[in-house]
Amino acid sequence: MSGRSSGPGPGPSAASSVERPALGSRHVLERTEFPSLLRSLRTAGYRTVGPTIRDGAIVYGEIRQESDLPIGWTDRQEAGRYRLEQRADAALFGYNVGPHSWKKYLFPSRERLFTAVRDGRSFVVQPEPVDPTPLAFLGVRACELAALGVSDRVFGKAGDPSYAERRTRTLRIAVQCGQAGATCFCVSMKTGPAVTGGHDLSLTEVLHEGRHYFLVEVGSESGARILDGVPLRPATEDEFRSAVASVGRAAASMGRTMDTNGLRDLLVLNPENPRWEIVARRCLSCTNCTMACPTCFCQTTEEVPDLSAEKSERWRRWDSCFNSGFTAVHGTSVRSTTQSRYRQWLTHKLGTWYDQFGESGCVGCGRCITWCPVGIDLTEEVAAVRTAPGDAPGGRVAP
Amino acid sequence: MATDGTPGPLAGDLSDQSPWYPVPYRVDRRTAETADTVTLTLSPAKGTPLHPFRPGQFNMLYVFGVGEAAISVSGDPALPEALVHTVRTAGKISGALTGAAPGSTVGVRGPYGSGWPLEEAVGRDVVLVAGGLGLPPLRPVLYELLRHRERYGRIEVIYGARTPKDLVYYRQIQEWRGRSDLRFQTTVDAAGRDWYGDVGLVTARVPDIRVEPARTVAFLCGPEVMMKFTAQALEARGVTDSAIYVSLERNMKCAVGLCGHCQLGPEFVCRDGPVFRYHDVRRFLSVREL
Repeated sequence: MSGRSSGPGPGPSAASSVERPALGSRHVLERTEFPSLLRSLRTAGYRTVGPTIRDGAIVYGEIRQESDLPIGWTDRQEAGRYRLEQRADAALFGYNVGPHSWKKYLFPSRERLFTAVRDGRSFVVQPEPVDPTPLAFLGVRACELAALGVSDRVFGKAGDPSYAERRTRTLRIAVQCGQAGATCFCVSMKTGPAVTGGHDLSLTEVLHEGRHYFLVEVGSESGARILDGVPLRPATEDEFRSAVASVGRAAASMGRTMDTNGLRDLLVLNPENPRWEIVARRCLSCTNCTMACPTCFCQTTEEVPDLSAEKSERWRRWDSCFNSGFTAVHGTSVRSTTQSRYRQWLTHKLGTWYDQFGESGCVGCGRCITWCPVGIDLTEEVAAVRTAPGDAPGGRVAP
Repeated sequence: MATDGTPGPLAGDLSDQSPWYPVPYRVDRRTAETADTVTLTLSPAKGTPLHPFRPGQFNMLYVFGVGEAAISVSGDPALPEALVHTVRTAGKISGALTGAAPGSTVGVRGPYGSGWPLEEAVGRDVVLVAGGLGLPPLRPVLYELLRHRERYGRIEVIYGARTPKDLVYYRQIQEWRGRSDLRFQTTVDAAGRDWYGDVGLVTARVPDIRVEPARTVAFLCGPEVMMKFTAQALEARGVTDSAIYVSLERNMKCAVGLCGHCQLGPEFVCRDGPVFRYHDVRRFLSVREL
């Protein structure tokens, strides 16, 4: 179990018997043996979370056995529309992404930061422990791995301790997409559909010519450790090719595209574009897009004193730039109109995120399109700004 | 956690474990400035040494059971044993702060943000323009300027308030006005017959400041509209927008660039500001509701 050097590079030959699978090596796990992966995760002390059906949607929750997975189900998505449908096969991961994202496990929607306890005329801060149970994320899509990377940089830059602590204990088991949703555009954002990094293990589910198996690729030492005791055999060239083909099909079936060329400048230069007013006629400022977004990080705090006035808790919860009080200073909102809030959200996500974190805040998962109750589609909004660049170039706002 | 090379909270208290934990400070003194504004002098409840602040930085002040608010440090940077904040009652939290009695405890985390670039003022004329509660964040600058008076050229201070009753640091202002090595002008929007000072906007005082525009640096703090028009008046005098600095105010919950509330274009006002070179932010301030 030990004695192996960690880190990438050529490992010992995969043929040696008790050796762990090498980084980057490819194996086949038969569908019938899938429960052994869940068992191995449990044995290793992980709490496995992944896709499960609740309230007519595929959401992330506890996975105790394989029947918790959405076997034989898929999701049909469009702007403002999401429906589950029965698949013709019994795929375990035959859907795209639902309303949840993995951020809820690293950045919970409500989280106590500390408790202040009265101590005479002063107070003492009781630190808030973080649940030490390591989490295994099962079924992370390529766009979601990208989103986790984006969040790592946001929370890392701010030095958020509970995010960092949870993050170090997280195992990421990616699942390659074999199909794309109608609101997907990861190809445009260069985040998918192929998993290329950031995973501990990556699975490609193949249902081909009567066979059902997973191509397993090893992304890290922690991932390799999980495969101890999981019945694997080296992948044949054919099996590997079938897996690659399924990811190719996903890339070819992207439902949306977004032209990202010069996008940051386009948005930053267009604060007075007439499109903001047009989209605001439909936007309800409901915050759904920001709640469903896997990278939106805005948050607020709440002070919750108990009735005895002996202790007071500090909570944080997700907030949204679409909320009316979000920018309130002395009771007056800086952004009182919906058009200013939509502009802020989109310009930040696709534009000023580059200034702040060196990359786009969008990974092309399409959740904000699907879960918008009125079906506002950011790819369409970007295209509209692009075709009618109101005050750019030479506008009032220079880059 | 800290940016710009500012030291974060010192080790030894819980604040080195998390940026969210407030450190208890005792209220040593509470001075009423106006009907709704008080100055609190704080010292660490458990003897934890204060870490230095730069003029223009702010702390998150916490009232047990009530919550937290961003408040500029308004004391003398050379006297770090006394942490001074001037607070006006604006809402629930600031109201609890202004009501904090001597002997009670408030929480502090910080200091946060950029400061006024005093190094740029060396060898130059300095103009400070404050509107309303914009004077407290500028007072540490004035302490520093006067401490090393020989390093700077002419010093012009213009301070405007709504009425004479809204002027903070009233006694200190008399002192400053009596000095021959700076000119401190006060002006109010409206006053009774017992007011012998100027009436009018701070911008009206800008044309006759006695400075050499090409070698002047200006620090402005007050309502955004006041800063915009003051900058305009300074530019009309020949001061360039790269020599003008403004301190911005936005909703802030975290102070470390994470809650998202304070964003202005690409800037996190809490972390990249609150003090900005006017040249760098005027394009954002010119867009409504940005």
